[in-house]
Amino acid sequence: MSDGAGDILLEATGITKRFGGLTAVDDVSFAIPNRSIVSIIGPNGAGKTTFFNILTGLYKPTLGRVLFEGRDITAGRPDRIMKLGIARTFQNIRLFGTMSALENVMVGQHSRMHAGLFGSILRTPSVRKEEKLIRERAAEALEYVGLRRRYHDHLAINLSYGDQRRVEIARALASDPKLLLLDEPTAGMNPQETEALTRFMQRLRDERGLAILLIEHDMKVVMGVSEHVTVLDHGEKIAEGRPEEIRTNPQVVEAYLGKQASQETP
Amino acid sequence: MSTAVAESRSNETAPGTGGMPRPARIGLTLAACAFAIVLPLFFDSGGNVMNNLVLAAAYVVMALGLNIIVGFAGLLDLGYVAFFAIGAYTMGYFGSSFHANAGGGEGIHILVSGPVENLPGIHFNFLLVCVMAVIATTIAGMLIGLPTLRLRGDYIAIVTLAFGEIIGRIAINGDEVTAFGTKLTNGRQGITPVDKIDLPGLERFTSLDLRPWFYVALALVFIVLFVNFRLRDSRLGRAWIALREDEVAAASMGIPMVKTKLLAYGTGAAFGGLSGAFLASYLNTVNADQFQFSFSIFILAMVILGGLGSIWGVVLGAIVLSVINNYLIPDVFNSLPADLGLDFDLTELSFGIFGFLLVIMMIIRPEGLIPERRRRMELVEEVGTDEAVFETRMP
Repeated sequence: MSDGAGDILLEATGITKRFGGLTAVDDVSFAIPNRSIVSIIGPNGAGKTTFFNILTGLYKPTLGRVLFEGRDITAGRPDRIMKLGIARTFQNIRLFGTMSALENVMVGQHSRMHAGLFGSILRTPSVRKEEKLIRERAAEALEYVGLRRRYHDHLAINLSYGDQRRVEIARALASDPKLLLLDEPTAGMNPQETEALTRFMQRLRDERGLAILLIEHDMKVVMGVSEHVTVLDHGEKIAEGRPEEIRTNPQVVEAYLGKQASQETP
Repeated sequence: MSTAVAESRSNETAPGTGGMPRPARIGLTLAACAFAIVLPLFFDSGGNVMNNLVLAAAYVVMALGLNIIVGFAGLLDLGYVAFFAIGAYTMGYFGSSFHANAGGGEGIHILVSGPVENLPGIHFNFLLVCVMAVIATTIAGMLIGLPTLRLRGDYIAIVTLAFGEIIGRIAINGDEVTAFGTKLTNGRQGITPVDKIDLPGLERFTSLDLRPWFYVALALVFIVLFVNFRLRDSRLGRAWIALREDEVAAASMGIPMVKTKLLAYGTGAAFGGLSGAFLASYLNTVNADQFQFSFSIFILAMVILGGLGSIWGVVLGAIVLSVINNYLIPDVFNSLPADLGLDFDLTELSFGIFGFLLVIMMIIRPEGLIPERRRRMELVEEVGTDEAVFETRMP
């Protein structure tokens, strides 16, 4: 991490995505500085997840450009983007159900491994060594997110909801990313779990130097953890700024946050 | 072989592995291999049982190949017969007198000896033909893979089905297509005779002594088993299963979809070709009637009956269906309709019987004879939703 804290890690300019006649994302520009936690908020259907999918290469934007560390990754292949250092979780947890928690995290390291077809068949010393190493690293990642060791060999599908979220984050972290995209990570969590996850995100930034892009509905989390918030509505960016600015932005309060949030404002 | 199988299970409790402790697995594997090796000694070396053993072993090779495509990577391939055909035609082209004008009528001979040396046509050593069959089918597998890359599930099945049909049609009508002075195929007449296996240090195989055929087939089985086990517990094997489970998540986790799928098609196809080349030599013919859609289903039924993705299950499924098809129906129960006063041949009902067996299986044991451990765990393991898990353990 030679870059200063203020440098830009990812920059998206003029991103537009149309599905037929529907414009899901409309001319959105925004940037993620190194070692920062930034959030995208907005009502359901505002285009947040579409935006995520564009950043990770699942969708090609109709217009616009995405630069990651100065490199153009617009419409790059998802696996290549992952390899460059952008890892993500999904809104509806998407683990590999019939693989164990540990194996899921091992898959997350795929792009960091080198074993090929013939190396795997012959199981050369280097393949053996690599296999052992990623197994250990997967276990470490699972412990880092707080999954108890006795669950490591359970099938992902049989884990509790909270643990599945943990495994998904561990799987993303295992690739050693520079930027972590979290799509509604606190959905379905109770207040204590949400609180713990908030602290965990800060720890990731401080200990590992990660930048985090967060999509979140829980305003307490968003306001508590983000340095910068972008508000989308109907695919358009209607506001952005520091949390306290967003909180008091009358347009946002009226158009999106509504009555409850304005009451929370001190 | 067996030590390699044992080594491949690096973690005893990992879901990919068998449910037994490691020593038991090694013991069973060794016992199964030893059993297969001594088995032919108990039977007449030119008899019907030997013939069935050879066929069963050849089908095991094909079923394990298809298992990589369908079982591991989850790509439903209904045109696997195409790889049988391509492997068989490789043997037919390079191990028979089919290309009568080759080498100016003198023939081309590479590493062959005995009477074949003086025959016209192209005659390569069997091992050489095997290598060529593997290369040809790997390329064919990847070619059929390409148009299916953007498809999922049922649509992959339709495209592969068409591919199998195309190869089948080419085989049938190829006798009317002439290129470079020879016909493309010999159609329903078939290319025959095909060179018998001729291995260095051994006498040329004959159709009277089937034991050497069996041991060659068994060697192929061991190779395919070895590759299956090694790949299952590897980076590539995990990538296949990840793709099978969730393509979008797999791609987002850094798995290159195109490369990974093509490797599955290529590897799976290679074993179909290997077995095809062997069968062409063993059956002494490369006949268009062998390459029909029903054969794809026959092999697929072995995989499903045994247990999708389960290596030992597929081996068992292949043996069971092979024995039913080549022994029980034509030899044991064939007189049954006549005994009941009915006038038909039981072999006409073969596919009805397989279909019936599959339906019964789907009702009693949908996960297959020996299910893949992942699926077994998925079906029986209780869901861990104890509330204690929801405490604040996220650091």
